[in-house]
Amino acid sequence: MPEIRWDWLQRHADDIQIMTVQHLEITGLSMALALAVALPVAVAVRNRRVPFAVAAGVADVLYTIPSLALFALLLPYTDIGRTPAVIGLAAYALSMIVRNTVVGLRGVPAVVRDAAVGQGLTPRQVLVRVELPLALPAIMTGVRLATVSTVGIATVAAFVGGGGLGELIWDKGIQREMFLTPILAGTVLTTALAIALDALLAGAQWLLTPWARRGRT
Amino acid sequence: MSPHDVWEAFNDPNLDGPGQLATHVRLSLIALAAATAAGVALGVAAAKLGGRWTAFMVVSVSNLGRTVPTFALMALVVALTSIGERPALAGLVLLGIPPVLLNAYTAVRGVDPAVTDAARGMGFTRLGVLTRVEIPLSLPLVFAGIRISAIQIVATAVLAAAVGAGGLGVLILAGLANSDDAVLLAGAVPTALLAVGTGLVLGLAQWLLTPRGLRPRTTSHTLAPHRTAPRPPEKDTP
Repeated sequence: MPEIRWDWLQRHADDIQIMTVQHLEITGLSMALALAVALPVAVAVRNRRVPFAVAAGVADVLYTIPSLALFALLLPYTDIGRTPAVIGLAAYALSMIVRNTVVGLRGVPAVVRDAAVGQGLTPRQVLVRVELPLALPAIMTGVRLATVSTVGIATVAAFVGGGGLGELIWDKGIQREMFLTPILAGTVLTTALAIALDALLAGAQWLLTPWARRGRT
Repeated sequence: MSPHDVWEAFNDPNLDGPGQLATHVRLSLIALAAATAAGVALGVAAAKLGGRWTAFMVVSVSNLGRTVPTFALMALVVALTSIGERPALAGLVLLGIPPVLLNAYTAVRGVDPAVTDAARGMGFTRLGVLTRVEIPLSLPLVFAGIRISAIQIVATAVLAAAVGAGGLGVLILAGLANSDDAVLLAGAVPTALLAVGTGLVLGLAQWLLTPRGLRPRTTSHTLAPHRTAPRPPEKDTP
């Protein structure tokens, strides 16, 4: 079994740090774009059967297309670099966020909605102050799943010049006669980022939904 | 660049699009068959024989499998062994197992004990209960796992080209390396169609296998699949 070259890692610590930050930026931008598209869509289709089926169907098809193919399909329209990766990754996350948001919103009990209307809240206020907060656990589950998979798929961004930890695996590892050290480092760092971001979002969810904590209801 | 250029690139003898497509399908099918066999066997065995510790391990391993990037996993397997088709295939099998395993385990554990008790009461042997009651009732959820695995395997097989195993990724990588949009699309379009087709066919199979009363109207992604929570074993009343 080939050994790990710790000296190589030490010499390239700066590069690795830059790639890690790039990886986080790609993930963050993708998730922001995905949320900006998915939340309004989910709210718009939440009470309608056919529009929901269409939105979920389109998002599911996007989710099925292999990442490298999706980035490649975007390349004739965008420059090489971060843009095709971010658009592609955001497209992936849509399915999870749209479906979970709609399920969360549909799970709000009708009596709660009626009570809010009875207290004189406008439909917009009902949505923002009652429905969305109550749907938050379901939405956050979607966001967490999407974030974890985005961190993983973002390794493919390196193929279209998008940077990130995929560069460590592809440019520094595979393309240099399967040099193990950067491939292993890339795998470990990406996995650690996914676990850390998932824990961070779980913490955010805990803070955002005080009513859901045990013993507080 | 026109669709004609893409078609020409796909059929270019140097790139051999049809051959790469065949390799891609073959790699994916072998990996899916192996991952399904291993996942179902391990999942059913864990559900039938395992206790609380097994449950913890199944969920942990599956969740870890979800966080390790598929591309990185395959690259790692190849880096630790050798370049070529077999190691890439091993990587594909490895990443295909967790969704099937988790779903098979959850499904078998989720079978209502009242149903298995009734089957026992009617004189079914333990093996009979497993093969004729528990496994049929678990099929929809198991198929959902197979579908997730299949989509991941087809997608990751694109990246198998990066580690010398061939497949449609060869065309995409060639297109990227030479900035040739026609070659790029000659790889990307069949890949996308293959993946979407796989998802639709297996989705349909899953829907057909699910009894009408159990078909959900709205489905969401969950952290762990659950149909019914596994019940604690009921104590025998003397």
